Amino acid sequence: MVNDNSLKDLVIRVCVGTGGLAAGSQEVIDEFNKALAARKVRAAVRKKCVGKTGCRGFCAKDVLVDVVRNGKTFTYQLVSPDKVNRIVEEHIISGNPVDEWLVGPDYHAFHDRQTKILLKQCGQIDPEDITAYIAIGGYEGAKKALSLDPFEVIDVVRTSGLRGRGGAGFLTGLKWEFCHKSREKTKYIICNADEGDPGAFMDRSIIEGNPHSVIEGMIIGGYAVGANYGYIYIRAEYPLAIQRLRTAIREAEKKGFLGKNVFKSGFDFDIRIKEGAGAFICGEETALIASIEGERGLPRPKPPFPVVRGLWGKPTVINNVETLSNLPSILTKGASWFSSIGTAKSKGTKVFALTGKIKNTGLIEVPMGISLKEIIYDIGGGMEKTNRRLKAVQTGGPSGGCIPASHIDMPVDYESLISIGSMMGSGGMVVMDDTTCMVDMARFFLTFTGNESCGKCIPCRVGTKRMLEILTRITEGRGKEGDIDLLMELGTDIKLSSLCGLGQSAPNPVLSTINFFRDEYEAHIKDGICPARVCKSLRRYTVSAELCRMCGKCFRACPSGAVIWEKKQKAVIDKEKCIKCGACYDACPFGSIL
Amino acid sequence: MSDRKLKITINGIEAACEKDETILQVARRVGVRIPTLCHDDRLEPYGGCRLCIVHVRGVPRPLSACTTPVADNMAVTTETNTIRRIRKNLIELLLSNHPNDCMRCEKTGDCALQDLSYEYGVDGSRFEGEKWNLPVREANPFIRYEPNKCILCGRCVRICNEVVMAGTIDLTGRGFHAMPDTAFGKPRTLENCEFCGQCVSTCPTGALTDKKSIGKGRAYEMKKVRTTCGYCGTGCNLDLNVKDGRVVKVTSAYDAPVNHGNLCIKGRYGYDFIHSFERIKSPLIRKGMKFVTASWDEALEVVASRFKALLKKYGPDAVGAFSSSRCTNEENFLLAKWVRTSLRSNNVDNCARV
Repeated sequence: MVNDNSLKDLVIRVCVGTGGLAAGSQEVIDEFNKALAARKVRAAVRKKCVGKTGCRGFCAKDVLVDVVRNGKTFTYQLVSPDKVNRIVEEHIISGNPVDEWLVGPDYHAFHDRQTKILLKQCGQIDPEDITAYIAIGGYEGAKKALSLDPFEVIDVVRTSGLRGRGGAGFLTGLKWEFCHKSREKTKYIICNADEGDPGAFMDRSIIEGNPHSVIEGMIIGGYAVGANYGYIYIRAEYPLAIQRLRTAIREAEKKGFLGKNVFKSGFDFDIRIKEGAGAFICGEETALIASIEGERGLPRPKPPFPVVRGLWGKPTVINNVETLSNLPSILTKGASWFSSIGTAKSKGTKVFALTGKIKNTGLIEVPMGISLKEIIYDIGGGMEKTNRRLKAVQTGGPSGGCIPASHIDMPVDYESLISIGSMMGSGGMVVMDDTTCMVDMARFFLTFTGNESCGKCIPCRVGTKRMLEILTRITEGRGKEGDIDLLMELGTDIKLSSLCGLGQSAPNPVLSTINFFRDEYEAHIKDGICPARVCKSLRRYTVSAELCRMCGKCFRACPSGAVIWEKKQKAVIDKEKCIKCGACYDACPFGSIL
Repeated sequence: MSDRKLKITINGIEAACEKDETILQVARRVGVRIPTLCHDDRLEPYGGCRLCIVHVRGVPRPLSACTTPVADNMAVTTETNTIRRIRKNLIELLLSNHPNDCMRCEKTGDCALQDLSYEYGVDGSRFEGEKWNLPVREANPFIRYEPNKCILCGRCVRICNEVVMAGTIDLTGRGFHAMPDTAFGKPRTLENCEFCGQCVSTCPTGALTDKKSIGKGRAYEMKKVRTTCGYCGTGCNLDLNVKDGRVVKVTSAYDAPVNHGNLCIKGRYGYDFIHSFERIKSPLIRKGMKFVTASWDEALEVVASRFKALLKKYGPDAVGAFSSSRCTNEENFLLAKWVRTSLRSNNVDNCARV
């Protein structure tokens, strides 16, 4: 029996985002409960002290566990069930944290440079418990909004400068105003949670970690524009997020925060969940509307915009998850608080899914206007491999463009990114080093957009296919004189003439890489070389006699016996036997394979 | 014109218009041609082919004329260098996935894609790459579908869903491999298709053709004879497509007041009897249990004398006439008139009392 008073405030928080669960957090929770029960700690604490919490963004180190004791928080990383007993024994019973398993400086560097507004609560509260959300001031924003006139709510949002986080960056307050002005009786508000960019998981993490913030945002938005019905369009591939949303909606209904007479204000508001079947195009707002209506997810031209004629022909406001979950704090803390963060035209923070060839990958939240350099080197911890240098950053997912290393001092905000041929997008950020071939990278993204094109309009359906074929032949060493100009012309025309945002942005990765890395395209076409040694048909491996240190690592790595080497001799590659797999190139610690 | 409240200019021409009109509608009214592929007046605007893009002052991106509603003081330019280049490239892209076998294509001379290629001087050689190589679907008596010639304008899908409301076909697949098809790619049968041929009527290329008319003549060789369908009381206008004195196809035009170019299976495909070898071409008079071939004079003589006798004995209510849907509307009219004026009877009917 433990009779330590210091245990009274014991809280153990285990990450149960998709990343955490995949890493085994449920087993860790079970093990904690078992270990605490065995030592009769639970009896001493007299409450449920093992809690669930959402994603903190640093999924590479999952399962992450916070142990709060005497007001001090210790975070353990890479916790597995077999580590639990020692943590309980040494830290909780004896009061000595297990130092070797605590998070390291990279965890702190990753977190300390961020400005967490949306993600702050994700790592603190139990996403499946509405009281946890209420305890930290949840639903106060909605209560406040409902005590104001709808137009005053719109005014607050407009002066806060909040812009849509789904990609285009339209002013949220202005969009609401258009919808509010419509005289139609029935209106809708839709939460777009059809996050489809490869590698992006901002919205999923917010919903999984703090679903009530999204619901509260929808109540505020619904009240402001005069919509009594809300839809959350979410991909069926997000089962955990859907389950948490369902729980959250049910609990909110029980509390009277949803349904008839919300907060006894006379305002009725219902939310329904619509699961999407996994088409990328359904993230486009008009295709999303068609999908909710039960039609094939085909976009339609704008104007008329959804705020004029949207779902079932009625005025409809569509906001992204991140946009909506910003609203509660804008209402409680005020427009000027929000607009004090960020730059002149881009306010607040933005969540990014940071990935690629850097040390710390994960979900980050940073103020608008932060430089790419700070993101990559301070939060991201710099390049993954110390002998590689930064080449470019792709923002905005497959619809965005790449930003070369020479521009990393550039601030990250809507206008700056567009000025350089990229876009904010929903928040994907892929960091590339000099082992990334830009032609191949562009080909990768175009393969995705081409496959996900709905097929409705010619430029997107056939145009992206033809661009992809040109890129493929360049990467296979069959590029022709004039291919670059053809790509530019086709890309420009696809951007100008496509029906929806998918086609209008699909050529961006190609156009921006041609803009900044034209020499790399030319090297492929004219010299038959892939400078990054990615394109297999164009690889030629040789050993630099100057740089070779005779270590023999290339010899051991080669699967086809093409490297000729003996001790104290420089390696040579037999071109006949070489299968161009690149194993020697990766194995060489001195960069002497060229 | 006085109730048209908005004013726009198209290529400098002032046009008064109403707020629900699209740029394309106004342009057509004032005589400015804008090329289209996916537009059909019978259908909701679609905006898929992008050929009708126009420049609107103050808008950075070209807009599709068929879907964009007019706004007061809008200034529209239908041809600029950029727009011409884009249109050329769009046609170029379509041709890059098209068989280009116009010389033996059923639709030659009546093909929107062919006309546009000619107008814009495009031959489809700029972009090489994968082409569809899909089998022809013709396991049914009426409609031949050559997917390789499909340009995915979606007109067949929309007419089937918006006008016929049969839902036989829809777009399937995604990206380059998207195409209109029946559910699960099953052959058309009466279980999934009405065989009205509306899809064929709206197809701008040779992807959907009337199976019965294949090889029977080019559109420009046919004389179109307008008549009214006798199969029911709706009164749809038909254009009998006649070549060398034979009806080889039935179409209908959008200016038909009742049906606006729409037809059903009977009106469009029910014309085999015209040139059927089983058709009776001379009058037959029953003698005993047998029908005996007779001349028109003989036949009319029999009819006239028998009617006269019956009328004399029993009066006009005892006689009547019954005509056929396979007669033309005009013939049916004449029979009715003859019964009412000569026989002075109201006993006249037709097998198409729908």
